[in-house]
Amino acid sequence: MEAVFATLVGLFFAAAIYLMLSKFSIRIMLGIAILGNAVNLLLFTAGRVTREVPPIIPAGADTLNADAANPLPQALILTAIVISFSFLAFLLVLTYRAYQDLKTDNTGKMRIAEPEERPVPPLGY
Amino acid sequence: MAAPSNTAADLSAALVTAPMQVDHWLVILPVALCIGLGAILMMLRDRTAMHGWIAVPGLALLVLIDAALLYKVANEGPLTMVMGRWLPPFGIAFSVDLLGAIMALAAAIVALAASLHALGEITTSGRRYGFFPFLMLLLAGVSGAFLTGDIFNLYVWFEVLLISSFGLLILGSEREQIDGALKYAVLNLIATTLFLVSVGYLYAVFGTLNMADIAMKARVPGNAAPLMTLAGLFLLAFGMKAAAFPVNFWLPASYHTPRITVSALFAGLLTKVGIYALIRVLVMLFPIERAGLGPITAIVAVATMLAGALGALGESDVRRLLGYVVISGIGTILAGVALGSASGLSGAIFYALHSMVLMTALYLLAGQAARLGGSFSLAALGGLYRQSGWFAGLSLVLFFAACGLPPFSGFWPKVILVKAALDMGAWWIAAAILLTGFLTTIVFGRIFLLAYWRPKSAQDAAAPQPIAWQAHLPLAALAALVIGFGLFPERLLHLTQLAAAGLDDPSAYLYSVFPGGAGTQ
Repeated sequence: MEAVFATLVGLFFAAAIYLMLSKFSIRIMLGIAILGNAVNLLLFTAGRVTREVPPIIPAGADTLNADAANPLPQALILTAIVISFSFLAFLLVLTYRAYQDLKTDNTGKMRIAEPEERPVPPLGY
Repeated sequence: MAAPSNTAADLSAALVTAPMQVDHWLVILPVALCIGLGAILMMLRDRTAMHGWIAVPGLALLVLIDAALLYKVANEGPLTMVMGRWLPPFGIAFSVDLLGAIMALAAAIVALAASLHALGEITTSGRRYGFFPFLMLLLAGVSGAFLTGDIFNLYVWFEVLLISSFGLLILGSEREQIDGALKYAVLNLIATTLFLVSVGYLYAVFGTLNMADIAMKARVPGNAAPLMTLAGLFLLAFGMKAAAFPVNFWLPASYHTPRITVSALFAGLLTKVGIYALIRVLVMLFPIERAGLGPITAIVAVATMLAGALGALGESDVRRLLGYVVISGIGTILAGVALGSASGLSGAIFYALHSMVLMTALYLLAGQAARLGGSFSLAALGGLYRQSGWFAGLSLVLFFAACGLPPFSGFWPKVILVKAALDMGAWWIAAAILLTGFLTTIVFGRIFLLAYWRPKSAQDAAAPQPIAWQAHLPLAALAALVIGFGLFPERLLHLTQLAAAGLDDPSAYLYSVFPGGAGTQ
């Protein structure tokens, strides 16, 4: 099971990095969305992926069964999902606003803050 | 995949049963205060005139609390407070050692200065956009990052300060700001995601998220390969946050776009949180791997220093130029981390504190210069010396400190770093530090020559705007700190040496988290 998940995480990362290398901001956003999910899956896999072993401490024992899934990474994912979801929402609005104001979604042409032809510093007075 | 071991657990040993000592609340008070004030300010969103008068006393209180915390930590050693009823390594702990306390105090001082400056600079529309609530929440994130003892919480505090910084960055929604914010947001979000990936792997390797517990387990020799990869991932993630060389281009693209108070805050706080996390993780958690990564860190440090200094040489806009100076400062701190010796680390910590105060002061200074001279461009500025003699003198003090010339605070950490590098035979790091200092001197010499000594050309002589007291006071106070620690460095030097020693041998930190040695099994 872990091998399947590991492959899936690798694929997600590859797709995310490919999309983030694009020039167009909407593709970068899609890449970030996939990246967030890749990280969540990775955390999930770190806590052991098993079937049919409920995370319940049996009577008379102090700890969980050794092959039960670790619940802590799942709690961590919960935090990470909330954060990455809210950030993605913010970034999508920001991208849309940037598209409206800058009239382009090509990051190569977003040069308002760093104009291509900048003045050379004065060489003397 | 790893998980907590299956040893029979005595649950009562993991529970807090004694009431918390009153003075331990100091550890979380800075964070609680900032979040509380941020919430109150948000509730008062219709009465923006009151915002400044709540935020400034609140931040003054924060400075006092952080000073008390530093006093306590310096006298009694690291402190740990545990939330809920669970003890580490299961419960979430706030642990503060000397490094965290001293950085938190510097951050509070910087924020107080910026908030005073904001009283005069942030207009009603800026207040409506929520400048002061964002400022308080940013401080909550920064203080939390400095004081937490849990690496996943470090990630959460990073996100808190990141989302507040987005809010501050687009205050005003100008086209330039949206362009800068988009680059800043995307690259910083990717950096935090990388950090989260490293945290996930860290948990998979050690089965714990408590930093003291990790420090203990990572010191046991053994699985070197995954730890090296992990340390490399952390270096990349925090290097991106701190704007280290190959991943630094988001900083000069964005730091010059917001209001000058916001730029000053960012320059003082954000990159320093990244470098703090780098020091904490690489030096305290992974000392063996840090030594292994030393050559790479050293190359990155030298490249960052030189890229910053050369970038500053090529700029004509003062704000953008200062962005490059921030980067070269980060390179200097990284050099100390790369050296890794006790004196190198203490130099790095000293330089980080100096840089927090100085970069804030320099941005505020640039704001005043632009007010007096009507522009941020070196081509248009002129005649500032004639307009205000004492302002020129103050500027010269800060410029000297930035170049690392005595008798100001930039001098001592550079001396320590150069000496530490020469002691280890790393002459090329020492040479890079000195060369950077030389290039920075040219940069600031040119600013002084063009903006202060050159007579102002007649055609663009806009009427100078008077400087309000809200702008004088923080600038003078920060400059007083810069001069004070230049003339009397012994106290701070002693503190930074103790902080570096505490990182090198974190047994006091470990003891504060595990007083009974409970985590040693």
